[in-house]
Amino acid sequence: MKSLLNLILISSSLSALVPMTSAMCSEPLRWGADTESGAPLIFQDPKEPEKIIGFEKEFMEGIAKHLGRPQVLVHNAWDGLIPGLTRGNYDIIVNGIEITDERKKEINFSKPYFITYQQLTVRKEEDNLISLETARGKRVGTLKNSLTFKLLEEFGGITVVTYDTEPSSYEDLANGRIDAVLLDAPLALYNGGPNPKLKAVGKPISSISYGIGISKKDVKLLGELNSAIDTMAKNGELHRIYDRYGLWNSMMAEHFNDRTKNLEPPVMYEYFSASTNHERTFSQRIELYISFLPILAKGALTTLHVSLVAMVLAVAFGLLLALMRLYGAAPIQWISIFYIELIRGTPLLIQLFFIFYALPHVGIKLSSFVAAVLGLGLNYAAYEAENYRAGMLGVPKAQSEAGLALGMTRTQTIRHIIVPQALRIVIPPITNDFISLLKDSSLVSVITMVELTKLYGQLASTYYDFLGTGVLVAGFYLLLGLPFVRLARYVEAKLDSTHSPSQLRHK
Amino acid sequence: MSIISIRGLKKSFDDHEVLKGIDLDIEPGQLICFIGRSGCGKSTLLRTLNGIEVLDEGEIRIAGHSLSRTSKDEAIDARFEKKAQALRQHCGMVFQDFRLFPHMSLLENVVLAQTVVQKLKRDEAVAKTELLLGKVGLLAHKDKMPLQLSGGQAQRGAIARALALSPAVMLYDEPTSALDPELVDEVLAVMKALDQEGMTQLVVTHEMRFARDAADLIVYMEEGSIVEIGAPDLLFSSPKDDRTRQFLRKFL
Repeated sequence: MKSLLNLILISSSLSALVPMTSAMCSEPLRWGADTESGAPLIFQDPKEPEKIIGFEKEFMEGIAKHLGRPQVLVHNAWDGLIPGLTRGNYDIIVNGIEITDERKKEINFSKPYFITYQQLTVRKEEDNLISLETARGKRVGTLKNSLTFKLLEEFGGITVVTYDTEPSSYEDLANGRIDAVLLDAPLALYNGGPNPKLKAVGKPISSISYGIGISKKDVKLLGELNSAIDTMAKNGELHRIYDRYGLWNSMMAEHFNDRTKNLEPPVMYEYFSASTNHERTFSQRIELYISFLPILAKGALTTLHVSLVAMVLAVAFGLLLALMRLYGAAPIQWISIFYIELIRGTPLLIQLFFIFYALPHVGIKLSSFVAAVLGLGLNYAAYEAENYRAGMLGVPKAQSEAGLALGMTRTQTIRHIIVPQALRIVIPPITNDFISLLKDSSLVSVITMVELTKLYGQLASTYYDFLGTGVLVAGFYLLLGLPFVRLARYVEAKLDSTHSPSQLRHK
Repeated sequence: MSIISIRGLKKSFDDHEVLKGIDLDIEPGQLICFIGRSGCGKSTLLRTLNGIEVLDEGEIRIAGHSLSRTSKDEAIDARFEKKAQALRQHCGMVFQDFRLFPHMSLLENVVLAQTVVQKLKRDEAVAKTELLLGKVGLLAHKDKMPLQLSGGQAQRGAIARALALSPAVMLYDEPTSALDPELVDEVLAVMKALDQEGMTQLVVTHEMRFARDAADLIVYMEEGSIVEIGAPDLLFSSPKDDRTRQFLRKFL
């Protein structure tokens, strides 16, 4: 019996060792990319927004397989990918990063894994704008900080309009705010292609190669990556991925010396363009919106959660500020006045940016939730403080005299006589402020909180549906606010009828 | 031994001198009525006695507690506040406009100072409160909010609240002036009952009938000074001072 038990113990401890050792010799390959960089590179699955897909995702799965290592995608904003690499946040970067001499000064690049060109897109009825030359004097949109932006600037004579995201540039083109969009062909295909109002025109412009970015120190890994790319090019793996996304082109055929015909149908492109179909039938639309409901409901809960916690903070801290301002010694009053004026005199958006992006520079790193709650709460505290102050000044002086006459101290009088009566005066304005806070909470989408407004941006640009999704999101905000509007009215009516301190006449 | 002793009490608002050096001694158990024209300083005198109005000069001693200042320029510091607060615990004060706390029931109004100032246990405070409310005839109304009470009930409630700390003296600032005539008597009755029990009461009033019937002493004031003090029979029938006579002529 005993030996059997030992055997079990040994074998179980052995089996526990096995995955550990294998994990040690194949540490996951961490690759940095912006999960919001958009189709077809890396993007949210239109059917399951939680899932990340894209040709670069499939490419990296292939690379990792050939290296015999698991892979992990580390999200980082596109603009900060190279600094993140040099800081060691991840091992490599793969996210449509063009191989340029300028970038080579900072990091090394693998062999190109993708070669493309720049594609001009215009509105369907446009006949004259067919090249960069004919675009002179016109407004052309592109992504900010992109190579294309530099190319357009250097070409001259073109008014360049820059965008944060590809969908918004093509949406503006369709709406007639700009005359053309110039972007990498894959982006043009996925963002402009499905839109029936737009068409691609002209010859391929210049040549762009995407490479894996890697730290200059990591020479060994660079060699492994290059041979993995070679293997994937030779055995047709790359070709197949690009076929599925509809991206294989003659430039790559030449570079990889692969003259085979299409190996696979463009299923991913069809999947994507079907989901961004611009001409949905009514029932398709309804179906789409119904599929949004659980996602938006989750966002609404986040909005409500942030707003409620922020309001609790605002109400508590606001009371403290008001007491400091009304009853504190002179320096304490000044602190309170300074705070209130500073907060009320600067935009909430700036305050949120400051808390989320500036504080980490002095060592205070907050999660987006904490930053959102602090930003909204500390901001609204200033307004609540003024509400309280008005409320406390609204309690007749006779009341505090009566408290003092009963032998209470000033503090006891404030606590038991003034504050409770002031609270009743300020409940209606505070409830109203909460409704404003609920709406202002949309600003926290800028500090990466995924709440209602952020989801609106994501869903609308994924499905090219700004109108219907917008109405839906507005509906959610209304539903969130409505109970509080009713509550405010109820409380107001109730307080008026029973014991408002301003009504000192007895029956 | 006097329970209240006032010496050289002065008070001005801006440049207007409202109390021009008051001296007064009051024996325990007396009911004193302060009469005089509006603005003669009688209300200010009462409010100065418990430190709600800060005296400029002079000395006040009430039941062993004192407040004093030597000049108007002397700073009012935390020590003065503390002394005033201690003194107030022995002076119940009743205002013309009742000043019940509108956010709590009548019972809570009376309980509050007992638990907050005297740190009594709540059930002790409630028991005492019910006793006091019974005394002023309001036990049945103890759970009402102040605005649900009539003026007479509210003022009786305010008296009960002032009695809650078992004060040595009661100060009334025109306690019946805000009441409809038919409600005046129920308040005066409570004050008379307290007089029977030996409470020292100072009443600023325009109720000459009450002053004549109930007071032990009448103090007539004019322009910040005491003109005449006397027992009601004497003062009302044969005032010594012309100014007193002129004032009383209007009422009698």
